[in-house]
Amino acid sequence: MDIELIGRIWPFFAEAAWVTVKISILAIMLGLTLGFTAALASLSRNPVLRWPARSYVSLFRGTPALIQLFLLYFGGPQIGIHLEPFEAGVIGLGVNIGAYMCESIRGAIISVEKGQTEAGSCLGLAHHQVMSRIILPQAARMMVRPLGVNAIALIKGSAIVSTISVVELSYTAHRYISSTYKPFEMFILASVFYLAIVTIFSYGVKWVDRGVALE
Amino acid sequence: MGLDFTIIPEYLDLLIAGTWWTVALTVVSMAMSLIIGVVFAVMQLSRHRLVRWPVTFFAWLFMGTPLLLQLFLIYFGLVQIGLDLNAFVAGVIALSLHFAVYNSDIIRSAIIAIDDGQYEAARSLGLSQFQTMTRTIVPQAVANVTPALGNMMIALLKESSLVSVIGVMELTLSAQRAISDSFRSFEFYLAAAAIYYVVNLTLEQAVRITERRSARYR
Repeated sequence: MDIELIGRIWPFFAEAAWVTVKISILAIMLGLTLGFTAALASLSRNPVLRWPARSYVSLFRGTPALIQLFLLYFGGPQIGIHLEPFEAGVIGLGVNIGAYMCESIRGAIISVEKGQTEAGSCLGLAHHQVMSRIILPQAARMMVRPLGVNAIALIKGSAIVSTISVVELSYTAHRYISSTYKPFEMFILASVFYLAIVTIFSYGVKWVDRGVALE
Repeated sequence: MGLDFTIIPEYLDLLIAGTWWTVALTVVSMAMSLIIGVVFAVMQLSRHRLVRWPVTFFAWLFMGTPLLLQLFLIYFGLVQIGLDLNAFVAGVIALSLHFAVYNSDIIRSAIIAIDDGQYEAARSLGLSQFQTMTRTIVPQAVANVTPALGNMMIALLKESSLVSVIGVMELTLSAQRAISDSFRSFEFYLAAAAIYYVVNLTLEQAVRITERRSARYR
């Protein structure tokens, strides 16, 4: 193991790790927004809202994230979408994880007992009031953990944006493997950063989960 | 440049060949990851720390890092230690190890979930140790793991697209070949997405049927 090499190049990995963090946070925010919207739409009684939401989830969960990213970044210019690699990465990852997050949110909403809805209506609350005042606060507790699982999968999955030349952790690891022929060292170096990010993030999820449960 | 989907039939053979390789990758890697997953699960249930710890460490490492990075490690790492494997073999090894970690978790909890009373009941009915396992324990464990393992296989199908980066001529790389020849990115990536979607739906249906069949052992 070449410790001297690791000592020399780790700052480049630290910089790349920051890109991984940025792209992940932005994609998670986009995914949450899309997931939440799609979850509400897919539970709507109106087929004009329900049908597009369900197709979105089915199509984006049914095809590889890598293909979706390539379609956006390489295929996009043909239909007039020109994006920088970083932007394409955020959008590609965010739209993909949004479909999975939709299922997590929808599952949490469905798991709230039906009697709660009925009780709310009996008390004279409108449909949107029942949703926002009764169902969602209870569903929120149930969705933190599955959404956390989605978000952590996204952090690891963000490695695929290296294929559209976003200079993040996996791109940097690949580049140094090609120039130094030291795959083990580069794997360990990149892994340390990934494990640190994932560990910190899962503590964050646990912290939020406890906070929501206390309410 | 507008869209022109009429070009796809010209490259249909390439795409179909790629699809078969994707299916082969998925099936072979799933089978291997199941075997390794069972070994890992049994090791993690061991009473000896020296047997448990290596698996725990490996699982922690492979669950916390991206598949793409693991693919680089295995493909370039094996070359470095003198094993010049072809890309398909390296891809299968990476996918099997990655999914074995998740499968072993599923299998382990299924083994734990079977009530001790089931062993005792089978034994007191006069079944041998072997019969207890094959007639009582395994059918129930299989019924319990089928849905979760089915989802893993569906995930594996999609993740197998990553091995295109090390040069395995599966569906994604076949689409890229067609693109570098025709310069029609949108059309071929969309075609590849459509094929993945169809294979995915077929697999989902197969999982559902298996689930229904094995449910009677629950």
